[in-house]
Formats: sequence, structure tokens, C-alpha cells
Amino acid sequence: MKPAISIPTPFGPWRLSPVPLLVPALMVVALVLVGSPSTWVTLTLAGLAMGMMIFIMASGLTLVFGLMDVLNFGHGAFISLGAFIGVTIMTALSPWMDSLSLAANLGAIGLGALVAMVVAGGFGYLFERTIIRPVYGDHLKQILITMGGMIVVEQVIYVFWGPDAIPIPRPDSLKGAFAFGDVVLEKYRVLAVVVGLVIFAAMSLTLKRTKIGLLVRAGVENGEMVETLGYRIGALFIAVFVVGSALAGLGGVMWGLYQEVITAPMGMSVMILIFIVVIIGGLGSVEGCFLGALLVGLMNNYAAYLAPKVALGSSILLMVAILMWRPEGLLPAAKGR
Amino acid sequence: MSRTATETSPRTGHQTASHTTNGRPPLLRLSGVHTHIAQYHILQGVDLEIPEGGLTMLLGRNGAGKTTTMRTIMGLWKVSAGEITFAGDRLNGLKTPDIARKSIAHVPETMGIFGGLTVRENMVLAARTGPMDEDRLRWILDLFPSLEKFWNAPAGALSGGQKQMLAIARAVIEPARLLLIDEPTKGLAPAIVGALTEAIRQLKGFGATILMVEQNFAMAKAVGDTVAVMDSGRIVHAGSMADLAEDTALQEGLLGFSMEMHQ
Repeated sequence: MKPAISIPTPFGPWRLSPVPLLVPALMVVALVLVGSPSTWVTLTLAGLAMGMMIFIMASGLTLVFGLMDVLNFGHGAFISLGAFIGVTIMTALSPWMDSLSLAANLGAIGLGALVAMVVAGGFGYLFERTIIRPVYGDHLKQILITMGGMIVVEQVIYVFWGPDAIPIPRPDSLKGAFAFGDVVLEKYRVLAVVVGLVIFAAMSLTLKRTKIGLLVRAGVENGEMVETLGYRIGALFIAVFVVGSALAGLGGVMWGLYQEVITAPMGMSVMILIFIVVIIGGLGSVEGCFLGALLVGLMNNYAAYLAPKVALGSSILLMVAILMWRPEGLLPAAKGR
Repeated sequence: MSRTATETSPRTGHQTASHTTNGRPPLLRLSGVHTHIAQYHILQGVDLEIPEGGLTMLLGRNGAGKTTTMRTIMGLWKVSAGEITFAGDRLNGLKTPDIARKSIAHVPETMGIFGGLTVRENMVLAARTGPMDEDRLRWILDLFPSLEKFWNAPAGALSGGQKQMLAIARAVIEPARLLLIDEPTKGLAPAIVGALTEAIRQLKGFGATILMVEQNFAMAKAVGDTVAVMDSGRIVHAGSMADLAEDTALQEGLLGFSMEMHQ
């Protein structure tokens, strides 16, 4: 007789937790404060889009920390590198970018993003082997050497692409907005939300439904025990690092298109938001990272509308409030070490 | 027929737990094993032989080096000197996953349960070579019925006893030639200890070779065939469990108290 396996498997610490309700709760509070439903919808979409892009960039970092106990301050290098590679490909495909066809525009962006992911992933492999590998287990050295690595990458970008910011206009089909009465939904933000949801769904399914995902979740909790069960976790470390770097590259392309300009320090600039998201979410937790990113994105946009003077500090205020409530973050990965 | 003997190691001058079975070489052999953890010299020449089949208890005071011995066998601590062989293969220098793949399962003192994963997911991971064998899983679930009850529950929500059962179930979901179990009854209620004792008896009945660290001497006496006693990072006594259980003076000499007082 087989054991009762028909009951759906609970996933991580979501069960019976009020934490996921924070996002809709914030939306409801904002609706009351904003007053105008159409403005609220626009702000909410902008916040969700921003949150999704931050999630794409941050998800790899939180997994790397959870699984490998590595504080990679150089993660921003993959974001900048991905953006520059992606833009280079899109520039080379300018007939597609300039076309009025949505398919051609998305093809150029998709190809640019794909190449950016491959290059950022490959660079991530080299970064892990040469820069991070010698400093496993030493957080201070990790911070110093990965920040140094990021500075070197920035300088390399200056060498190849020059010191000036590069404008990157969105293709025509992604400019403008969908209008439904008073409600205005910017097209690119809709795309960002869709891409973010697809990435989150793919990561969730991989982590929940595959043996590799099980290994990653188990490795985040207790890598030593995973090895004791006979799995070579070193290869898993590298794979996760490469995937995390590739996602950062994708995030760089999307962030660049969102800002419509790319600069070498863009990765370092956005790292502040990424660290806030990772800390709010709970180190090592993809679901926490997702929630944290949405909260930060929404908070930024609501605050920018309601109280522009505090908008800059809104993410930090959010982090302080959440850490006072849950010092380990919203959904921290269980640690069994 | 099994024969147990205590010999003096020509390499270290220390006593060796030597239990040969019909002249066959031991399944596991530690020869003059030294282990350092940071600046501390924990194992100071351990000589131990584990025959195939049966259960060897590893006893000793706190800090004697029992857990370090288990972790050194698994490659979790590095051997500074000496040699460990398993079924004739040298384990020194191998990484933990490669040692585990030689068919050695380890239930650590901390149990190593993945609390964020369900009981089922813990078991799926433990079945490294493929899907779980249904007959073997049925046997395990009959041995530990509470695991079936909480099959889809997060393992972190289990009680201490249930976690220990899961830790052992995980170690035996794939046939292992050697099972290392570190203090399975630590912190458990007497009723759970009884159930675990019965489960380990059944494991023995299926021919598993087990090396177990245990502080609960009632359990040690109930399931142990042979015994090795450690002190200050060395094996100081080896023999049959029955002999040690009957010799109060020896118990007091080796362990500082008699087993009868601790039951």
C-alpha cells in the first residue's frame, strides 16, 4: 500500500501565515489614501512592475546567500553587464527594434535578454570560480573582494562601451499605454509584470516540483546533510550561482529598458534596493524575496505620489518596520546547520 | 559464528575493538586515526574494527570523541593521521558524498532533518538513486507509523521523537551496508525510546551493520552486540556488550558509573 500522498504538499512557510496578505493590505491602505481608483490602478501597476524587476534581479542573490552563505556585493556587476550586452544586441538588431511590428520588437528584446543571460551566467561562473571560491566561509573577505570585483567590471564596461550613459529608447510597440477609461496602464510595465510572474512561477515550480529544486531548498537549510545523503553540493552551488547571475543579467536588460538609459554603475545603484528586498524577504527565501520586492515596488510608487519628500526613504522605513516585526525577515528559510 | 577480541595495536599501543566474523576482514576499520578540529586534537589514535552484521555500541563520557569519530568516518572532519578503510577501500581524503555513495548512511546527533521540507520530500531526497522502493517504504512506514500520518506535513513541525524516526527512516530508505547512528534517544521521552529500540532491533534483524553512539544504557544493553568504549580520543575497551553489562566494576572504571544506576 502506498502512503497517502494525494494531499497537496505545503510549500515552505506560506501555510497559515499572514505575511502574504501584506501586499493586498498595502494596496487597500493605498487605495484609501490615494482616493482616486484610476490613479491607484496606475500607481499599483507601476509598483508591481518595479517590484517584479527587482525580484528578477534579487532572486539569484537570495538563493546564493541561502545555499552558499555567500554575501555577494558584486551581484550588481551582472546587472550592469547584462544591460550592456542586451543593449548591444538590441542595437545590432535595430531594424527589428525600429519595426512597427510587436513581434519584431519582442524578438529583438528577447534575443538581447537571452544573450545577456548567457553572458552574465558565464561571467557568473568565472566570478564564482576565481573571486568567490577562495573566500568561502569568510563574510568580511567576501564583501571586500566582491565589491572589488564589481568595481573592476564597471571599469571594464567603461573600456568597452565608454564612460557616457547610453540611451535606450523602447520600441514603438512598447511605448505609450493602454487606456481603459480613466485607468492608464503603461505597456512596458504590463510586460514587466508578465515577465516577472513567469520567472516567479518557473522558479516556484522548479523549487517545488523537481528534485533539483528539493536539493536547493534542502541545501539552503543544511548543506552538510545534503552531502551526507550522497549529493555533491558543490556542483549545485555553481549551478545556482550561474542561474542567479543570468537572472541578474535579464533584470539588467529590463531595468535598462524601464529607465531608458544604461550606465556602468546602474548595477551598484540598484543593489541598495536589492539588498533591502533580500533582507525584508528573509535571507535565502525566494517567496520572501518576491513579497519583499512587491512591497518595495508598491511602497516606492505610492510614497512618490502621496509624499514625494519621503519617497526616497520609504524603502528603508519599510525595512525598519518589517525587521522590528520580524527580525529574520518575512519568510526566512529554515536553517538547520 | 562471531568472535570478539581486544587487541593491542602495534601502531599506537592502544586497544583495538576487533570483532572478526569467521576470519573475514572487518567491514570498517579505523587504524590509528587522529582528528584535529581547529587547534584541538580530538581523536588521538582511534583503532576500531566493525564486523559485517551486528550492532556495535560506541560508548564513553561526554567529550570522549564519539561524535567526532562518526563525523570523521563520514568525511565531515578531516583525518589528520591514520587510515580508515571500508570494505577494503580507503576512505581517507574522500569527500562526504563519495563516502555516502559507498553505502554508508549517517544519522547525525542533530538529526539533520530538513524542517522546511515535508516528510515525503525528506524521504524523496534520501532515495538518491531513484524513486523510493515501494516495498521498502511500506516496511519503513510500518516501522514508524507516525511518518505516514504526517507524510505531507512539514518535517519541522514533527515532535522530537518523530524527527528521530524520520532521520532513521531516511537513512534506511536505500539499503546501506553500514549505518552510523549518533545518539538516537537524545532528549526523547521513554515511550519513544522504547519504540526506537524496537525499530533498531528490527533493523538488526534485517542484517544491517550498525555503529551507534548512545548515552541511554538501557537501550545500549538491549540492542548492542559488541561495544567499544572511548576516553580522551582513544578506544580504551572493546568487547561484547553482554560482558560489559554484567561487569559493574568495569562499567564504573570505564564510564564512571554502573549501567544499573542509569536505567
